[in-house]
Amino acid sequence: MTAHLKQDEPDTANFLDTMKQGVLGKPVSRIEGLAKVTGTAPYAAEYPVENLAEGVLVTATIVRGEVVSIDKDAALAMPGVLAVIDDKCLTTRAAQGTANEAPQQNPRKVDYWGQPIAVIVAESFEQARDAAKHLSVEYREEEGAPLDPSAVEPEEQEDETVDQGDLAHAMARADHAADLEISTEGHASAAMEPHAAIAEWDGDKVTVYASLQMLNYNITELADSLGVDEDRVRLVSRYVGGGFGSKLGVSEEVVAAAIAARAVGRPVRVVMSRQQVFQCVMRRSETKQRLRLASDGEGRLDGFGHEALVSNLPEEDFAEPVLQSSHFLYGGKNRALKLEVARIHRMTAGSVRAPGEAVGMPALEVAMDVLAEKTGVDPVELRIRNIPDCNPEEDLPFSSHKLAECLQQGAEKFGWDAGARKPRQTRDGEWWVGTGMASAARVHNVGEARARVTLRPDGTAEVRTDMTDIGTGTYTIVAQMVGEMLGLGVDDVLVQLGDTDFPRGSGSGGSWGGASIGSAVYLACRALREKLAKKAGTEESDLALRNGAVEGGKSLADLLDGQELSEEGHYEPGEIADTHTASGFGAFFAQVRVNRFTGETRVDRMLGAFGFGRVLNAKTARSQCLGGITWSIGAALTEALHFDPRDGHLVNCDLAEYHVPVNRDVPEVEVLMVEERDPVASPIQAKGIGELGMCGGAGAIANAIYNACGARVLDFPMTPDRVLAAMPD
Amino acid sequence: MRPFDLQRPDSLEHARNLSTGETATLIAGGTNLLDLMKLQVEVPERVVAIDRLGMNEIQATEDGGLRIGALVTNTATANDARIRSDYPVLARAILAGATQQLRNRATTGGNLCQRTRCYYFTNIDQPCNKREPGSGCGAIEGIARLHGVLGTSSSCIATYPGDMAVAMSALDATVEIVSADGSERSVPVRDFHLLPGDTPWRDNVLETGEIITAVTLPALVEGKQLYRKVRERSSYAFALVSVAAIIAMEGDTIARADLAFGGLAHKPWYDPRLSDLLVGKAPDAALFDSAADLLLENAQGYGENDFKIPLARRTLAAVLAEATETEL
Amino acid sequence: MPDTITINGTDHTLPSDPRVSLLDFLRHDLGLSGTKKGCDHGQCGACTVIVNGMRINSCLTLAALHDGDDVTTIEGLGTPENPSALQAAFVEHDGYQCGYCTPGQICSATAMLDEIKAGFASDASESLDGEMEASADEIRERMSGNLCRCGAYANIVAAIRDVASQGETA
Repeated sequence: MTAHLKQDEPDTANFLDTMKQGVLGKPVSRIEGLAKVTGTAPYAAEYPVENLAEGVLVTATIVRGEVVSIDKDAALAMPGVLAVIDDKCLTTRAAQGTANEAPQQNPRKVDYWGQPIAVIVAESFEQARDAAKHLSVEYREEEGAPLDPSAVEPEEQEDETVDQGDLAHAMARADHAADLEISTEGHASAAMEPHAAIAEWDGDKVTVYASLQMLNYNITELADSLGVDEDRVRLVSRYVGGGFGSKLGVSEEVVAAAIAARAVGRPVRVVMSRQQVFQCVMRRSETKQRLRLASDGEGRLDGFGHEALVSNLPEEDFAEPVLQSSHFLYGGKNRALKLEVARIHRMTAGSVRAPGEAVGMPALEVAMDVLAEKTGVDPVELRIRNIPDCNPEEDLPFSSHKLAECLQQGAEKFGWDAGARKPRQTRDGEWWVGTGMASAARVHNVGEARARVTLRPDGTAEVRTDMTDIGTGTYTIVAQMVGEMLGLGVDDVLVQLGDTDFPRGSGSGGSWGGASIGSAVYLACRALREKLAKKAGTEESDLALRNGAVEGGKSLADLLDGQELSEEGHYEPGEIADTHTASGFGAFFAQVRVNRFTGETRVDRMLGAFGFGRVLNAKTARSQCLGGITWSIGAALTEALHFDPRDGHLVNCDLAEYHVPVNRDVPEVEVLMVEERDPVASPIQAKGIGELGMCGGAGAIANAIYNACGARVLDFPMTPDRVLAAMPD
Repeated sequence: MRPFDLQRPDSLEHARNLSTGETATLIAGGTNLLDLMKLQVEVPERVVAIDRLGMNEIQATEDGGLRIGALVTNTATANDARIRSDYPVLARAILAGATQQLRNRATTGGNLCQRTRCYYFTNIDQPCNKREPGSGCGAIEGIARLHGVLGTSSSCIATYPGDMAVAMSALDATVEIVSADGSERSVPVRDFHLLPGDTPWRDNVLETGEIITAVTLPALVEGKQLYRKVRERSSYAFALVSVAAIIAMEGDTIARADLAFGGLAHKPWYDPRLSDLLVGKAPDAALFDSAADLLLENAQGYGENDFKIPLARRTLAAVLAEATETEL
Repeated sequence: MPDTITINGTDHTLPSDPRVSLLDFLRHDLGLSGTKKGCDHGQCGACTVIVNGMRINSCLTLAALHDGDDVTTIEGLGTPENPSALQAAFVEHDGYQCGYCTPGQICSATAMLDEIKAGFASDASESLDGEMEASADEIRERMSGNLCRCGAYANIVAAIRDVASQGETA
């Protein structure tokens, strides 16, 4: 049986709140936690497969052109080498998130420096790596590939364009106006687990153990890449060592492992080197943005402009959606928004945690800080004043909106001083100390999801779905959802994820996993409750289940009477997505210190206050917020991809020179969850969490730097050189 | 990695004999060498492990200094009571570098021989005169954020990436070296590393077959010792600029000023003229500025790293101000 | 020359290919995949193991040079049935998310607490002399050799401080 819901109407019944177990939302420790801390949780490269050969990708050393020939014989003569594979089905880019079809193939055609062109298979990893380094490749290079996003005529993304009223006029007549150009550098996901796959064929069926976020789409992408039917492919990703967008689509090593295993007739493992992960998966595009804000004397916006230039390879649909939340966060009837893409031959641009808002929101929030200074309105108050009643571009109601509460409660908890603000008011030895804040916003998404929940005769439950847990806490919230609905403790719920033999989940990405799969599980449980109610001789709405029994009645095991009950929940986003604007909102507060000699910035403390609907697990939800804030610190201070101007190759392609935050960069962080029930977001009233924590945070740090030392830095990351360059004498 | 012959001699003499060929290399902690071998930047045919040859003690010298064996780990040096009390600049420099895991393996001799972190050097599919003489320098017209502003050449602008040697340069330590034929020589740390010139593949004065056996620190010196490292993140990052300083005051004037700089050049940068300029003068902003003028008079940026010139000036001022307790 | 290595109390024969890193030896040859490969170049700390009492990056050392050494990996610190204090604290404080850096974090933290007891100084130490404290600032610096991209640092510090304070009272 399948319980299906396509959500077309708001759900204000909040049925979950009538349940009796009281486990949903609680700070339950991760149910897979002991497996992770003892090293027994298997990640993609770690499945025990017999007779494994090792594959290593070979990558291109030209920008654009074609592979003319490969000296396979020389490589095959090296010790242990089994095969040199340049099959036309090898993929040369990772698929974009939810692509649901093969990404670019044909490794003979080169579009960027570092692109995979072949895979070498050998008996041992050392043999394969050595042979890959030695492979002699002849290229025909096509000169003149554009590499600089500022030097090409960009393509306008017309569905992003808004031209409403007359912004230029609004700017000219405004009491106060801010007009800023802000840039951000490219980012890497840099998940700690490198992309890896083990492929094993059994007849004409292949099983691939991989590290992927969205198996439901990845299976189609892989099957399409291999030219086989989907029913001949099984993907397994029980544990994913971080994704952050880089594992949304099927990546090159997955297809390579499957092709190689078929070619050599035995299982093959392909693990990307860290350098390859940097160079041939996904980058977040750099951005150049222009922000224009026009306000009256009290800071009320009359004009709002946000334009951005991003880049990507030819033939890629993805354009960093910089303006995503700018469309609705603040009012202003005169509006001009425009997103443009420069087609250049750097590696593929795609999703990196919080695509769009991660870089758009900090820029907007710096502009708001400039406006606050010009108007003399406290930055928190300025934002509250500009919260629109409805989406200012489409006249759609908000599903729920906690920005004002987050700003107010966050300010109070942080101890925000709403008095007059001026840079350089506090010095501690060599350090200027200051505070800053920013709003947070991140659009809410949901995806189609299925999950099967089975009540076993002993009264325990099992959940099966190909949904993934990339560190977000899926295992645990699924157990909590089942526990809440069926009156079970989380220990009585076995959660099986990450296997395409199970019903298809939503996958993890765009912060949609919790709400989507949670809804599917919820629906399955509703259907199970119907059956249980019938057995108990009552209505489902009256069925009170707690601690494995009907309250004041039979235990589940007795009720089941030796039978097993199983239901599949199937959740689909409905029309409601078109009739409302749904978003998570929040506020960041930061205190930083800036060294007056060296321009080094250290974050002293940060607070984030967020409203994202129902909290499914207070512990893992908080951790998601901490993670986002940590990323905010990286985006603010250290993270930048550097590309060579002559061949476009990613220069700092390792973890020594691409600076993700280290432990010492992250201070005391406080998280305030402003709980709400969003009736539109999902039938469980939950919204996305994982990305919101970095959607604006870097702006709070930028504004704190200004308040500390008077340096208004308009280029992210705000490395010491940039802070010094902007610092007044 | 390319296949190689691994040898683990049990005596220094045997090690010397094994490492005479051009294609042999020594391995001690291995934290830099294996990194580069995996990238095939280093492709030795023979690797001679010297990790069990002793040379792992810190001993007092006759003239009141300390002799740090080549195989003493960075951790052991930084935590040695004598180093901590008498040569805190060295302990601080080591602790500012890398991570505890790496310092537990990294050795004194290996750290001195640490190779540059230039992105073009570590990528074998890019030009680099240091790695492949005559192939050109990728950094000069490329991304030169990490690179040098002092003593660069048209063939190489790489920097020496370490911290330990910067402190040793300020301390005027001496490197003890034994050659393939068993003869011994001593080279001041200040002269150990080379500028790139037109032979950028030579990082230092070591000849084929030579082995570092120890670094000797001179007798305890008076003055305040400071190590200041400016970096993009608060830990686990190479220096944009670093300064090791030993500054002594006599009354209101500077009596001693030994300064060495990291992140600026192909070697820990020591300019004896700074000491001449500073000693005998009363510390103030103008004096610190003059010192920076002198330090940086021939500095040349390569676009991406232009910032290092003002950053070095400001960091020097901060260090001198702290050491002389001058309010700026 | 002996060619055995002791790992979590069990002797193993070292690999014949001298190129094999201690990390690959653990993961590929012995199936001890609790030790993770994050970068293979000493830039992330995921491969941290404890050799003769000292934490090191197992990716940057040749297995063949560890004859006679005593290695402790995450599998040697505890099991799901019997986790170590730090392992339990990481679960309680949610000191991880994806879990991939976690074994390295825990091996690192295990050795780090011993280093603090032994009086090792760090870049965060105000003074190089005297007893070292497991303060938040000290832990942050001392754990900076273990990257966590999920951003669980605040919880990692909380978990370690919890165990460190238990150690003081015990």
